[in-house]
Amino acid sequence: MTRLRTIARGMAATLAVILLANPALAAGGVEAPRQQWGFNGIFGTFDRGALQRGWQVYREVCASCHSLEFIAFRNLEGIGLTPEQVAAIAGEFEVQAGPNDEGEMYMRRAIPPDRLPKPFPNAAAARVANNGALPPDLSLIVEARPFGMESFYKPTGADYVYALLTGYHEPPEGFVLGAGMYYNEYFPGHQIAMPPILNDGGVTYVDGTEATQSQQARDVVTFLTWAAEPNLEERRQMGVGVTLFLIVLTAFLYATKRKIWADAH
Amino acid sequence: MAGKGTTYEWQNGAVAWFDRRLPIFSMMRTELVDYPTPRNLNYWWNFGSLAGIIRVIKIGTGVMLAMHYTPHADHAFDSVERIMRDVNYGWLLRYMHMNGASMFFVVVYIHMFRGLYYGSYKSPREVLWGLGVIILLLMMATAFMGYVLPWGQMSFWGATVITNLFSAIPLVGESIVQWLWGGFTVDNPTLNRFFSLHYLLPFLIFGVVFLHLWALHISKSNNPLGIDIKGPQDTLPFTPYFTIKDLFGLGVFLIIYLFFVFFAPNFFGEPDNYIKANPLVTPPHIVPEWYFLPFYAILRAITFDIWFLSAKLLGVIAMFAAVLILFFLPWLDRSPVRSGRFRPLFKPFFWLFAANCILLGVVGAKPPEGNWIWIGQLATAYYFAYFLIILPLLSIIERPLPLPSSISTAVTAMGIGVPARGVAE
Repeated sequence: MTRLRTIARGMAATLAVILLANPALAAGGVEAPRQQWGFNGIFGTFDRGALQRGWQVYREVCASCHSLEFIAFRNLEGIGLTPEQVAAIAGEFEVQAGPNDEGEMYMRRAIPPDRLPKPFPNAAAARVANNGALPPDLSLIVEARPFGMESFYKPTGADYVYALLTGYHEPPEGFVLGAGMYYNEYFPGHQIAMPPILNDGGVTYVDGTEATQSQQARDVVTFLTWAAEPNLEERRQMGVGVTLFLIVLTAFLYATKRKIWADAH
Repeated sequence: MAGKGTTYEWQNGAVAWFDRRLPIFSMMRTELVDYPTPRNLNYWWNFGSLAGIIRVIKIGTGVMLAMHYTPHADHAFDSVERIMRDVNYGWLLRYMHMNGASMFFVVVYIHMFRGLYYGSYKSPREVLWGLGVIILLLMMATAFMGYVLPWGQMSFWGATVITNLFSAIPLVGESIVQWLWGGFTVDNPTLNRFFSLHYLLPFLIFGVVFLHLWALHISKSNNPLGIDIKGPQDTLPFTPYFTIKDLFGLGVFLIIYLFFVFFAPNFFGEPDNYIKANPLVTPPHIVPEWYFLPFYAILRAITFDIWFLSAKLLGVIAMFAAVLILFFLPWLDRSPVRSGRFRPLFKPFFWLFAANCILLGVVGAKPPEGNWIWIGQLATAYYFAYFLIILPLLSIIERPLPLPSSISTAVTAMGIGVPARGVAE
């Protein structure tokens, strides 16, 4: 057992090194406070109500500037909508199709397999409509910010996006803000082109939840975390089963090892 | 694997018929069942077979990922997201492949430090060790090119920084870099060739692993005492004793590996790589994957020119030398005693070396400014001094402890400083 313990110690040391050496730790800036999310931790899952409210916030507020290119309407079944509801939602959008027999592109009603339409046809069009700034695609925004989807010890991408959405205030004295820019506590460099877009009562929730600014931010962050990895719950569920199986298997292997080695002593 | 092993009488007629014509069953019997293994191997000897198993997992998941991946600058990132979202269990394949790379390096680095401590590189295992260094080099090239394939920000900029290192070569540097890129910048041709090579190199590694095992089975396994096998009383047949020990180790390893796959799959990764590659936006911190950080630190430690040699060129030379020096290790350490257990002076220097490698990893992750510069230089100096000064010197001045007369006597209760538990007769 001493040897096993030595190995365990070695493993722990290796892990500690990896933690220490994590380059993302070197990135400076104001750290977002950690939030309690239902989807945190090994057994965390998404609150279906929050996902659907978050979709409403995305659709009514964010979608006018930000695309969500990796999400198709059919994926919305993952936030707890029925196929009929998804088909109805898709039917409210139009997408470009074609060319038809005359070689013309045309608009048609969206169907569930279609990706969500983008607000701008290309980056240049997005910039010209947004004072020169390019609103990023939001499909992976939670995953693409320190420290991504899961972290044992640090704020995650979800914490950052939440902090950003609720982190606007007046610039401190002496801070020179560029034209058309806003001061944000958590954005690197504190100057952000996106205006403070979430306001109390800015949306009217279908389910009657009071739409405070922080409620909208929480809901849309939950939705965007789901959008970054729609398989998150399936992954963790499978992980719990696999881990339990492996622990039992390894215990049996250890017992077998003891038995086989008994006659070698 | 020597070809002319013992042939066995096989009960099954078909097996016997085949074996007389191609003794593949006899070979498997000789090398995987009867192979005489020192009976005192500890758990540090599990990491070789673990590395082999990861090699197989990587090739298995990699081949399936390649069926869905598109190696084109315009489509690579999207195709990876398609794998994550639409391919059945694509997320599992990709996360196993990604984390498999990190686990591969964890396991191989432990395997190497085991060899360093117990003197597994010494005669008659010089070729075995050298083949291992070749595997390491191939692994590094494979891992580097694999990281480029998702075509995220860190893929693109990592590839740019690393390929640019070759521009430090005098006169022909620029031409070499353009030749590597297939153009004037990292772009689609670069991605195409990296994909091709990333698929090829693992099979080369497989070939070298075969040679590595062949050499191992010629010179037989080293052991914690570092003394030769004197007779059958010193060994146990590989099966069942070490197959079951390796299987138990595999179980423990899989628990750790799959924990990351299922519960923190991006732990070893960089969030920036979930942003599509953009040649016009440089990320604030370009860092290589964690397993390259010690070498990255050595690269950046050289901040001064010597004569006509630029600091950049010297850094590149130092970085490659840090790996290549391992080839010469069997001839730098002249001490006749293999195992660090019997080398009282060697021990502290070895552990300092191990800690120093970890320190280099930390330095590699930090921006090259302030105190990190001289810490990195000091750590680099010790890294090379260990091989070039300390080990040769210890070979002369150290007085090793007396060695046990044989493995079997040492692991009995009367042995020298070796716990009798577990493997005693």
